[in-house]
Amino acid sequence: MKSDTIINKFHNDCHSHLDVKEVLGSSKGTNKVVLAGNPNVGKSLFFNYLSGMYVDVSNFPGTTISITKGTYKDYEIFDTPGVYGVSSFNDEEKVARDIILSGDIVLNVVNALHLERDLFLTMQLIEMGKKVTVFLNFSDEVKKRKLKIDVKRLSELLGVEVIETSAVTKAGFDKVEYAIENAREGNQSPELHHLLHNTLDRVGTQAEALIILEGDEFIAEKHGIPPGTADQREAIYINRRNTVNEIVSEVEFEDSKKGEFFNKLGRMSVNPVTGLPILAVVLVIVYFFIGDFISQRVVKYTENTLGKGEFEYHVKSFVGKYTPVDITVDIQDDNGNPISTKDFSFPHGLNSDVQKAAEFKKISAPHGTSTSFEFQNPFVKLFFGEFGIITMTITYLLFLLLPLVAAFYFVMALLEDSGYLPRLATMLDRSLNKLGLNGRAVIPLILGFGCVTMATITTRLLGTEREKTIVTAILQFVIPCSAQLAVIAVLMSMAGAVPFTIYVITILTVLIVLSTLLNRFLPGESSPLLIDLPAMRLPRLDNIFKKMFYRTYGFMKEASFWFFVGALAVGIMELTGLLTVWQDILEPFTTMWLKLPKEAANAFVMGMVRRDFGAAGLFHLTLSPMQITVAITTITLFVPCIASFVIMLKERGWKQGLIIWSGTWFFAFLVGGIIAQIFV
Amino acid sequence: MNNTLDKAKKGTYITVISLPQGLLKVQLIRLGITEGSKVYCLERLPGGTVVLQKSRQEIAIGYDLAKKIIIAN
Repeated sequence: MKSDTIINKFHNDCHSHLDVKEVLGSSKGTNKVVLAGNPNVGKSLFFNYLSGMYVDVSNFPGTTISITKGTYKDYEIFDTPGVYGVSSFNDEEKVARDIILSGDIVLNVVNALHLERDLFLTMQLIEMGKKVTVFLNFSDEVKKRKLKIDVKRLSELLGVEVIETSAVTKAGFDKVEYAIENAREGNQSPELHHLLHNTLDRVGTQAEALIILEGDEFIAEKHGIPPGTADQREAIYINRRNTVNEIVSEVEFEDSKKGEFFNKLGRMSVNPVTGLPILAVVLVIVYFFIGDFISQRVVKYTENTLGKGEFEYHVKSFVGKYTPVDITVDIQDDNGNPISTKDFSFPHGLNSDVQKAAEFKKISAPHGTSTSFEFQNPFVKLFFGEFGIITMTITYLLFLLLPLVAAFYFVMALLEDSGYLPRLATMLDRSLNKLGLNGRAVIPLILGFGCVTMATITTRLLGTEREKTIVTAILQFVIPCSAQLAVIAVLMSMAGAVPFTIYVITILTVLIVLSTLLNRFLPGESSPLLIDLPAMRLPRLDNIFKKMFYRTYGFMKEASFWFFVGALAVGIMELTGLLTVWQDILEPFTTMWLKLPKEAANAFVMGMVRRDFGAAGLFHLTLSPMQITVAITTITLFVPCIASFVIMLKERGWKQGLIIWSGTWFFAFLVGGIIAQIFV
Repeated sequence: MNNTLDKAKKGTYITVISLPQGLLKVQLIRLGITEGSKVYCLERLPGGTVVLQKSRQEIAIGYDLAKKIIIAN
């Protein structure tokens, strides 16, 4: 910032071009040769080779950036800071710009491995009308990676000499004199000359005319004419980008057969005929990784053993030392079946009865026991009880959600970096159009099966508010999160094939009706799909882990607080008896309309806390297969957990959030009831 | 013969005649699709989603946008 002001002042007060000329030492008779290139292309090695003994280092006027000047035979050689283009976005660019503008011959060092990036500057130098020679550096790396660059064709297309070099082996360095002597103006498009015509008349040099037309205020001011508009710059840049892309596609070839295989795979995953089987394979792999390995084995260990068995057990026993508590220890065999139960009562806390406390510790310590604490004090209960803000929420966040969310982001990063995800979005685009969405919506919808809260945050990547609303509604209504999926799967396997079919058809019908209604009645238009499909390739694991880490961290940081808020709200509802009021209100609906036992109302209310609690509450009830269907349908459609409710309010606003939330109540009981009335 | 992009034939080269105005046009140009540019139709899915190829870059365009792009083949 500071040097920006200095350079501004300098340009305004002192007339930069005079000073620049002084520093750059424009002595007559010698030709000025400028080395230019992107950062890290090995420019300074060329400079050292050329300038040999005599090197002059001085600060560029008004900046702290040093410029180096040397001599080679009759030529003055200038080094420049590495830049991606000639413009004035920062100090380095301004310095490079002034040196390049003042030079006669430009030796452009190019990284052969990044032609698309580097040739943008090359093209700009050529369009500036400079005499240019290109050093194609890293040519040894090109051979190693089985890339092929048609150097002769590149030279023809650019209209300048292209010399293959290697800074490591010094190959091609013997041609530097040839390079300087044979530097020439390259191919410039006739349209560009037409475009430059007016400005050129007033400025005198093509280089400055181009830079002014590209919107450079400093050079424009120097000549007292207005700089080009943003549109003009964009047009010139686009034109240049296209030229570069065409050149690269014509001169660069990949030898490796691996690329061809991935290209084919990429095409196959877009076309539904081959793409749907590929999707099926991907889903099966993902299911075994997340659905089986992570959410069954890993989460079972982290949640039960680490979370409940270690973390909650120790926190609760510690709190129990000082406050009245009743403790129940269930002793189980290796298969988790209960053997015996032992009750302890500490009316004045564990500390008051050392002997009994020791006995409790002895019985509850070995594995295969499950301990539950019943605190008497309501405030202790609020923080450390079954649904305690500290106990339950931390277990939930760290030992259930964290491994799950990390696993989901891992898979998403894998699908994304391999180039599969944008192709999946393309394949499903037309189907999602029918729901008023485009292919990109597939990302939050998939994430919803992991955690609806995580998916609700991800709706941000969608193009319009309209699409965000539709996806959020779908997530909150019909997508069961992983916590719930597990319970649903178990209950459904008990119910059989017909109830399962009824369940799936019902949920799909709700999905279609809901999104059709929203698509019809929400104002505005959804955005069309427009994405570029990166090449299919094997993703780099370090990148995958980096993405997974940052996204998981971002989600936990953003959502954790709201999980605590949600837990506090439920805790207070429990403390004040509001939870029982809800249960009482729901009871007649549950028994009469849904034809379920009245205890099922508890399951629904608990579903507000954590969706899997709701579904798990149904385990203890004796239900007929059709009753299971009704219960599962209602639970799926029913309100999301309190955390995703709060995140939804934050993302979509109070009004919309509350409408969607009340809508889930209404639809869940309406649809569940209809099934009950027909089938039970 | 002029047509809209959603009706492009898979495996043919097409020339872009006109793009819809506004922000989408800028986005298309950034991705390398300009009026007058020649592109390869890599894939045309049932329903009209199109995948175009320009040099080595592949770009997917949804039906709603494709039907606003006029092409010649």
